[in-house]
Amino acid sequence: MHTLSKMTFVELKLKLREPISTFFTLVFPLLLLLLFGSIYGNEPTPFLGGRGNVDVSVPGYIAMIIGTLGIIGLPVALAEYRDQGILRRYRATPLSSSSILSAQVVTNLAIALLGMALIVTAAYFVYDLTLPAAPLAVIVAIVFSGVSFLAMGFLLAGLMPTASAAQAVGMAIFFPMLFLSGAGMPQAILPDAMVKVSQFLPLTYVVNLLQDLWVGKSWNVTAVLVLAGMMIAATAVSTRTFRWE
Amino acid sequence: MNSVIEVNHLRKTYGSVTAVDDISLQVSAGEIFAIVGPNGAGKTTAVESIMGLRRPDSGEIRVLGLNPQTQGRELKQRIGIQLQQAALPNRLKVWEALDLFATFYGRSLPWEPLLEAWGLTEKRSAQFGKLSGGQKQRLFIALALLNDPEVVFLDELTTGLDPQARHATWDAVLAIRDQGKTVVLVTHFMEEAEELADRLAIIDGGKVVACGTPQALIQELQAGSRVRFTSQNGFDAAVLRPLPGVTQVEQHGRHITVHGRGPLLSHVVTALTAANQNPVDLHVEQANLEDVFLALTGRKIRV
Repeated sequence: MHTLSKMTFVELKLKLREPISTFFTLVFPLLLLLLFGSIYGNEPTPFLGGRGNVDVSVPGYIAMIIGTLGIIGLPVALAEYRDQGILRRYRATPLSSSSILSAQVVTNLAIALLGMALIVTAAYFVYDLTLPAAPLAVIVAIVFSGVSFLAMGFLLAGLMPTASAAQAVGMAIFFPMLFLSGAGMPQAILPDAMVKVSQFLPLTYVVNLLQDLWVGKSWNVTAVLVLAGMMIAATAVSTRTFRWE
Repeated sequence: MNSVIEVNHLRKTYGSVTAVDDISLQVSAGEIFAIVGPNGAGKTTAVESIMGLRRPDSGEIRVLGLNPQTQGRELKQRIGIQLQQAALPNRLKVWEALDLFATFYGRSLPWEPLLEAWGLTEKRSAQFGKLSGGQKQRLFIALALLNDPEVVFLDELTTGLDPQARHATWDAVLAIRDQGKTVVLVTHFMEEAEELADRLAIIDGGKVVACGTPQALIQELQAGSRVRFTSQNGFDAAVLRPLPGVTQVEQHGRHITVHGRGPLLSHVVTALTAANQNPVDLHVEQANLEDVFLALTGRKIRV
């Protein structure tokens, strides 16, 4: 436990020394919040089913951070450490494989949670965000979706030959998903065809799950099943494809 | 001497490529044992199997009485590893690396004296990515010694270092052995093995082609020695042919090479003095491990 907390602490320091790597987790969601918040405000509007833009967007931004974590953050971090031979060096110590990987997971997760806290705090104080009716359910859903996307992250890390490939492919998956899933902007402004396409994107289900729970609706069963399925499939495949060097 | 490493019929293939064909060796406590061979001979695969970083296809390995496959974490508490290819995060500072790695071990040495011993005190707050090749290498050695290991593995320790840094590193390896540790040195520099190793195994094509002390391997070669010099005007090297032990005399203009066995030099010197020849560049060349490798494989080690 001491080892894991030390490694996580060191990894967080390293992230701070390279702050650009946390842009999509910490800064980008805030920029979107301030951009769309300044344009549309948070007044209830019939266009968004009688809810305000910020109220609808914040669960989406949280989903976006989960997507960044699994699609870009974790796979790029792991692929870099693998490419450079850092994972090899750790493997030559008594550390267990799971400790080495846990440190990466915990670090990336901590930064994601920080990003979520920032966005909720900013939205609450600047735009009077409506807080979730059942906060515990929302937190459980965030952790559940996060784990599912982390599994995806391990899968991508194993499949991508290099860190730059992980970066490029991550971006190529992330951006369409960001705009179509409702994470980056409300799906209400998308044409129907796009909404249909979005049903093939896992991030859409995170958005649906979080938006429903945020306003006090019940658990979206389809979303839970899709994300659980992704978690199981990605874990099963990544245990075969993950590489240490 | 009790043996700390025993390897029997180690074999490791990658698909259709046989990296290690059949390697058996034994390393005694307190010695520097070198594993020498050309690039691609299977040295690193063999030694990484011995450390427990790779799973061999077959063969038996015991290090400090432990099985590296099933008791790997226990073993890694007691050995120190410097890998051929490894890195630390670029932004990690030298002191942070030592401080972090110290938490990986049940027992670790205070790291400040290690920094001092390896000349890194001034670099303690430098980031890994900003270190020179030699400084990175020294940091990796310090990390390999952090847990006060019983066996230290050093894989291509001096590759990429300039000659001065290489010689300083050689002294350091001898110092590690003198602390009572067993050192396994993997290298493709024959000179390095000849200089440092108490015993060595020459590996080629995934097999051990020779094993023993450097002196014994060179003597087994029975290559004898060569005396070379530049003659002064009018000297006929034919007078050297009848000398005891001389097998061959080559004369290329004024450059003369005498091949032979036994106390060759003193016979040659006596004959030259009698002939009133006083060459300033007279010297003896002994066979070395390069010659051993050439004789065993028919190839030079650096192709």
